[in-house]
Amino acid sequence: MIKSIARPVGYLSLLATIVPPMLYMFGVISLEPVKTILLVACVAWFAAAPFWMKAD
Amino acid sequence: MSNETENSSSEFERERVPENALKGPAAFWGMYAGEHTAGTEFMIGPQFVAWGATANSLIFGLLLGNLLAVLTWRFLTATIATQQRLTLYYKMEKVAGKHLVKIYNLANGILFCFLAGSMITVSATAVGPFFPAMKMPTFDSTMPTGLGWIFACICIGMAMTIVAMKGYSVVAKVGNYAAPWMLLIFVACAFVTLGRLETFDLWELLTPPAGTTEKISFWGIVFFSWFCNAAMHLGMADLSVLRFAKSPNAGFASAAGMFLGHYIAWICAALLLVYWVRNHGVDPSRGKDPGTMVNDAVGWAGLICIIIAGWTTANPTIYRAGLAFQGIMPTMPRNVSTLIAGIVCTAAGIFPAFAMNLLSFVGIYGTILAPIGAIIIVDHFLAKAVGIPTDPAEKTGTTFNFVVLLAWLIPVGIAIYLYRYQDVFASYLPLPTAIACGLLYILLSKTIGPKLKLS
Repeated sequence: MIKSIARPVGYLSLLATIVPPMLYMFGVISLEPVKTILLVACVAWFAAAPFWMKAD
Repeated sequence: MSNETENSSSEFERERVPENALKGPAAFWGMYAGEHTAGTEFMIGPQFVAWGATANSLIFGLLLGNLLAVLTWRFLTATIATQQRLTLYYKMEKVAGKHLVKIYNLANGILFCFLAGSMITVSATAVGPFFPAMKMPTFDSTMPTGLGWIFACICIGMAMTIVAMKGYSVVAKVGNYAAPWMLLIFVACAFVTLGRLETFDLWELLTPPAGTTEKISFWGIVFFSWFCNAAMHLGMADLSVLRFAKSPNAGFASAAGMFLGHYIAWICAALLLVYWVRNHGVDPSRGKDPGTMVNDAVGWAGLICIIIAGWTTANPTIYRAGLAFQGIMPTMPRNVSTLIAGIVCTAAGIFPAFAMNLLSFVGIYGTILAPIGAIIIVDHFLAKAVGIPTDPAEKTGTTFNFVVLLAWLIPVGIAIYLYRYQDVFASYLPLPTAIACGLLYILLSKTIGPKLKLS
């Protein structure tokens, strides 16, 4: 059950770590929201990864 | 995986690893990816820029050097590890004798301390953005930059030491979880930097301005990336890890660490300094501390990355240094030896000289430790062919094989002289020193080496 939630959260947080900087690179968004999203993604990754990676 | 490795290496320390304890390749890919994406990568990439490395050297030199490192892991370290299935220390005991292993442990322990010290230095730069008044070290810093800096290093170093004393399983797990995220933070830094510089022309960005002195050539980069982990592959320290591999092909798993941590991460980190040089007029030879650059690019997530990357690699290094010191005095409790190691590491971390000279330091590290691997290579592959005994210390009952000591120290002494007084780049030294050590070992073994009693 936890794994089934943790896995998509993990994937999403990794996507949220790489996509916003990419959008900034192409001039789509500004830097401040990028930094905020990266921090949220960091928290989400470390919350999800132990359940997901442990289960694997 | 670091935890797994450490737990594993505490088993079968004086015997071959049995078949039922062998591990598949997945464990090794994860371990190498995690171990080689460290806080110090934030320091090495910018140091290439400071040394005036060209785009050609960085893009193709790193590719070639890392490929050579992977092949060394696969065809030397993993081959010997899966055939012998012994730790480096036990194998050395058989070749060099148990008392000579203590000298190796001392050298290993001290070098581990300096390495962990540089990781403490890098982690401490993450504190800087929270205390703007605190002066951060630059590439030309050798001494502490102030009381605030000393206090930050002591706090971080002691926290790492206490965790290492308690056993670092939690930190090792965090390291495993963090590895994919940390790599993406490096890439995120690069994306943000490219956006700020308003160009995707990596070649142009990595090309130093006209008139820059090229202090590191293409071959300098190749040899640096090949031998920055010389102690692990050519020096055979990773026998202790790869002896658990089912197949020598597990040596290819080092590619995860080399091409993610020592290629992508280094180039991403180099771009950070390129931005500060171009847009803020920073002198590339003095550089900028990683904390400030990463915080500026990606914010708090970057600072967390620096701390975790430094912590997760410094912690096992302090632990291993403690084990090495304990090997010298087996009656000393591990907690005490780890505390001693932690104090030495913290003291080293306070002085930025080690972290700011990583390009030279890792070359010296490899030059001192890799030759021992050459002796093991000779013992494993060549001893019978050249007519010298394998595992001579074990077979003759000697506890201190002077042949090994001479074969090790003479080439290392010459190499240190060449580095210190002839200005030879440190990363050029591990290979010739190891070859000289291997040849000298054969020569001395045949002439003055311990002789077997023939029945």
